[in-house]
Amino acid sequence: MRAFTYERASSVEAAAKAAASNSQARFIAGGTNLLDLMKLEIETPTHLIDINGLGVDKIEGTQEGGVRIGALVRNTDLAAHETIRRDYGLLSRALLAGASGQLRNKATTAGNLLQRTRCPYFYDTNQPCNKRQQGSGCSAIGGFTRQHAVVGTSDACIATHPSDMAVAMRALDAVVETVKADGSRRSVPIEDFHRLPGDTPHIETVLEAGEVVTAVTLPPPVGGKQIYRKVRDRASYAFALVSVGAVIQSDGTGQVAVGGIAHKPWRIATAEAELPRGAKSTADALLADARPTEQNRFKIDLVRRTLGAVLTEARG
Amino acid sequence: MASPIHLELSRPQLLISSVVTSVVTGTAAEAATAQSPGAEMPQNSKVSMIVNDERHEIEVDNRTSLLDALREHLRLTGTKKGCDHGQCGACTVMVEGRRINSCLTLAVMHQGDEITTIEGLGEPGNLHPMQAAFVKHDGFQCGYCTPGQICSAVAVLEEIKAGIPSHVTSDITAAAPLTTTEIRERMSGNICRCGAYSNIMDAIVEVAGTRA
Ligand SMILES: Cc1cc2nc3c(=O)[nH]c(=O)nc-3n(C[C@H](O)[C@H](O)[C@H](O)COP(=O)(O)OP(=O)(O)OC[C@H]3O[C@@H](n4cnc5c(N)ncnc54)[C@H](O)[C@@H]3O)c2cc1C
Ligand code: SF4
Ligand code: FES
Ligand code: FES
Repeated sequence: MRAFTYERASSVEAAAKAAASNSQARFIAGGTNLLDLMKLEIETPTHLIDINGLGVDKIEGTQEGGVRIGALVRNTDLAAHETIRRDYGLLSRALLAGASGQLRNKATTAGNLLQRTRCPYFYDTNQPCNKRQQGSGCSAIGGFTRQHAVVGTSDACIATHPSDMAVAMRALDAVVETVKADGSRRSVPIEDFHRLPGDTPHIETVLEAGEVVTAVTLPPPVGGKQIYRKVRDRASYAFALVSVGAVIQSDGTGQVAVGGIAHKPWRIATAEAELPRGAKSTADALLADARPTEQNRFKIDLVRRTLGAVLTEARG
Repeated sequence: MASPIHLELSRPQLLISSVVTSVVTGTAAEAATAQSPGAEMPQNSKVSMIVNDERHEIEVDNRTSLLDALREHLRLTGTKKGCDHGQCGACTVMVEGRRINSCLTLAVMHQGDEITTIEGLGEPGNLHPMQAAFVKHDGFQCGYCTPGQICSAVAVLEEIKAGIPSHVTSDITAAAPLTTTEIRERMSGNICRCGAYSNIMDAIVEVAGTRA
């Protein structure tokens, strides 16, 4: 790990300002992704801004009847919160399907959204990777791609976003609240928060330099059957190959986002309109633009079957 | 000017920083020059924490994980380093009453925190019931994962009692039942290379007072 200086931020505004004035600075929340990457020298900040003391760690109701989740709320506390369990069960389920008990006790809402890909070539500093080193090439293309994305990919990067929580947030129409370095605030719909790789896979979100995530809000509860189904190589403690997060109403309509297949949680309005017609037509529409490799073509079938299982469970 | 501490890395720190010594040397030299806006700030910090009911003040390189602080600075070597990347659970300790992986958190981030390690749970002659149950049921072979397993197991029973749901809880709006399925899922962050899992389960089940 490279050496770094360390400060505890005293306010959100101060944290944003400090980060914007130093391109080598990073925020640290739970630290479970950042420190992992720093040990491997994939992330090499020379300054860390500890944001754990900022007080943005509460879950409260919004005026509209939804819920505001502080950026520093731990994944365990979010999953176990009474309102979330009752009204946003999909979110609890997705969180509980991720990582381990120890990690969820540390991991935060914002850190989880901003966790980086698990592409093995991104982790191997001996291999070219456009996300790690801009312009160096993509080792996954032409390499081992079983875990990689099948849709929304580019010639520069075929990595997936590994978060389970983000898939639920996407299906539930979450909005990310931030404070910028100049003190201004903005609200970014989660749909626009994560980027597709394009020519710049190293830029993963729309966050600007120094911008701090302060909260994620959810709209008023939509009811329905809320299901998160994660398919992985082990029954516990493994990242998803494919996951489906869905809210299905009694008339068969609903909201559905898919994880493990793209650079961001994958949700398509026209596909959702197919939900009452069943898993096949919905999956076909979700993956209409898919460009799988020989090794990850199985994800196309897996999405359809996982969605089928979800719809069956929702009817039951 | 950066603190000279980087040029005087102790042997344990060298081993911890990287397996390739030449890389560490290069890093240290670079770190001394690569400071820009943070230049006046130190790369080491004083931190005070309460470990097993005893207050300790230590000065650490900012890079020091809580795990290394416990092992190398406080000589509490019961907590083990398996993967150093949050994957195995050998480094599990309780911070402010919650189990975490001590390898994936910095010591400087724990100013004032209360930490309980395997040594704090109980010691020979005065074992914690979970420690005694692991001995009775042979919940280990080599023993390397054991401190982490025991800390996790104690926390798991607390988490179930506190009503925290898990991936296998069928109704997350109700209290999670105290079953072996629940315990197994919640222990999945603790890997045992020797495969002592069934005896580990027997030990936890006995302490939980539950039936399979
Ligand atoms: C072994 C292992 C298994 C895992 N398995 C899973 C899994 O199955 N599913 C899953 O979804 N995840 C999994 N994870 C990932 C885990 O969920 C993330 O590491 C965690 O959510 C990151 O949160 P954090 O608070 O620790 O982030 P940090 O490591 O503190 O931060 C991550 C990034 O976010 C930035 N950041 C943090 N907070 C803010 C903020 N408020 N504003 C702006 N930027 C911010 C940081 O600068 C950093 O770049 C696993 C991790 C490990 C180590
Ligand atoms: S897929 Fe993306 S992250 Fe993986 S090697 Fe290619 S550029 Fe890097
Ligand atoms: S040493 Fe911390 S999880 Fe393996
Ligand atoms: S007893 Fe050897 S690793 Fe668990």
